[in-house]
Amino acid sequence: MWRFLARTIVQRLLLLVVISIVSHTVIHLAPGQPTEVDPMNPMMKAEDIARIRKSFHLDDPIYLQYVHWMKDLFTGELKSFRDGLPVLSKIWPRFFNSLPLFACTTLIVWTASFPIGIQAALKRGSKFDRGTTLVAYTLISIPGFFLSYLLILWVVRSFHLPVIGLRTFGTESATGLVRVMDRIWHLVIPSLMAALTGITGIAVLSRYVRAQMLDVLGQDYVRTARAKGLDEDRVVYGHALRNALLPFVTMFGLLLPGLISGSVIFEQIFAWPGLGLLSYEAILARDFPMILTLNFMAAALTLFGILLSDILYALVDPRIRLE
Amino acid sequence: MSIPVDPVPAIEALAPRAEAEALGIAETPAQQLWRTFRKDRLAMVGLYVLLGLVIVALLGNLLTGWWVVFDPTTVRLPDKLMPPLSVPSAALASELRPPFGSYPFGTDELGRNVFARMLQGSFVSLSVGVVAVGISLSIGVTIGGLAGFYGQRKLGPVSIDTLLMRFTDVALCFPTFFLILTVVALLPPSIYNIMIVIGITSWMSIARFVRAEFLALREQDFVTAAKALGLPEWRIIFRHMIPNAMAPVLVSSTINVAHAILTESALSFLGFGVRPPYATWGNILADGRSYIFDAPWLFLIPGGAILVVVLAFNLVGEGLRDALNPKLRKRAR
Repeated sequence: MWRFLARTIVQRLLLLVVISIVSHTVIHLAPGQPTEVDPMNPMMKAEDIARIRKSFHLDDPIYLQYVHWMKDLFTGELKSFRDGLPVLSKIWPRFFNSLPLFACTTLIVWTASFPIGIQAALKRGSKFDRGTTLVAYTLISIPGFFLSYLLILWVVRSFHLPVIGLRTFGTESATGLVRVMDRIWHLVIPSLMAALTGITGIAVLSRYVRAQMLDVLGQDYVRTARAKGLDEDRVVYGHALRNALLPFVTMFGLLLPGLISGSVIFEQIFAWPGLGLLSYEAILARDFPMILTLNFMAAALTLFGILLSDILYALVDPRIRLE
Repeated sequence: MSIPVDPVPAIEALAPRAEAEALGIAETPAQQLWRTFRKDRLAMVGLYVLLGLVIVALLGNLLTGWWVVFDPTTVRLPDKLMPPLSVPSAALASELRPPFGSYPFGTDELGRNVFARMLQGSFVSLSVGVVAVGISLSIGVTIGGLAGFYGQRKLGPVSIDTLLMRFTDVALCFPTFFLILTVVALLPPSIYNIMIVIGITSWMSIARFVRAEFLALREQDFVTAAKALGLPEWRIIFRHMIPNAMAPVLVSSTINVAHAILTESALSFLGFGVRPPYATWGNILADGRSYIFDAPWLFLIPGGAILVVVLAFNLVGEGLRDALNPKLRKRAR
């Protein structure tokens, strides 16, 4: 176990280095310079541009730029091209804005998918099963921003309530309870939209649950459990569901990267100042240090998530040995 | 046992052959696939929608590009934001009048005929999806096939399989949508860049499927037989192994087309989509959101069209998956 851990961690770290080199090269070799973002600005003189390029090491060879980036990243010195503020200090507050959105979305997805999937599997071929199947496919197929706009349209027209942003404008002086309720309301709508659509949403997960339950319900041990006269609830939840749950443990780890990259569209629609919106702004501004750092963090989270799911899988399934 | 020289597709090899003989029908795998696929009503509806879409896209390209009946670029400022099925106003110059004297899907903020734009967009959207998947397919099959067939050979200290599969792992670790966004934003805007970028960020699952299939197929008797007959390697790969490895690839490509169309619309929404003069459903939808209160049809028509087409691709993909899965087929009988 420990040897496995040590070896995987070393492998993953190597992989992370390769990823950082590849992404650094891709971004620096792509056309489009950070200094060209605002070519019409009369205040930008040629010598200013040269000075800025020099201070951000933009004229160095690409491998030196990589070394600078890595060194600055790990000493916390890395500055954003846009405003010269340290990248990490810009990321932290955004991270704490994204976290509730991510947590709420995950909570909705996981609490809704299991009952739906289990019911659909138990009543295979019934109206409920076919209905949820069709709804699931529709949700997978709908552009997330299309559905979100329709919902915004409906909420604004019928309830006259604001849904955009972290909180309603002008509630800063309200009482504590009102403020909390307002925050929750503003959190629920985007989370619900992110939970409904997309490939990590309710639609896909409930289909997995259904397929997994169908698979397990056809196993011999379920028939044995029924044959020895256990009541149906015990068979379904005690014997079948416990075994069907195994693969989902691994999915927990794979959720992690969604924290950074999963929410660009929804944060953009709902003007939610999180990591997704931050990366979108960074891309528009050709803010290479910010793009690269966010990309690096996302890759690190992905690798960590895979490791986590391997370990979790070994913990819950005694048949799996990590070697 | 006779030596099968021609490819014996995996599907047939897996399904009990005696059963087909007992039924008194000698079916080719394609016929068998079609027979199972046809029973899935939703998938059949999806297939009809897709056939319709292909016809509309080809006609659309013909009627808006080569023989211009519906001109998607004509600007008619007197007729801004007209609702669907309305007739052009009297103030319009006669040469600007739309064909058949009406706007079936209304007009947009510049008075352009939305029907003509949707027609043009159907071809562009479909080709973005198909070309992107074509690119991902060729990369995925090449890498997966090389890793599966020549995996054991050594390149220096590591085997080809390790090298290619670790490369696939690296590619999988990039947050895909974020990467697409970055590259599309940094590259000069063009429809081909979008196709290429979507293509080179979605080949990983295909490579893994092909490798897994190849590893299984290598051990099968018909491949051994083909080798024993002294067939050249390219013939074994292209005639015998690739056709048999196509089942999961076909399913995942169908679903990938759906993904590519959705990705294109998401990119358009963020302002990095296909640039004018091309109209795609994605950018008609993205532009329409500014007029969502005054002219909801600008939003609902392209959104609905994307929903229907992507749904059709997904349904056909799932139908194919079921029809190609021998385990499910047995259960269905």
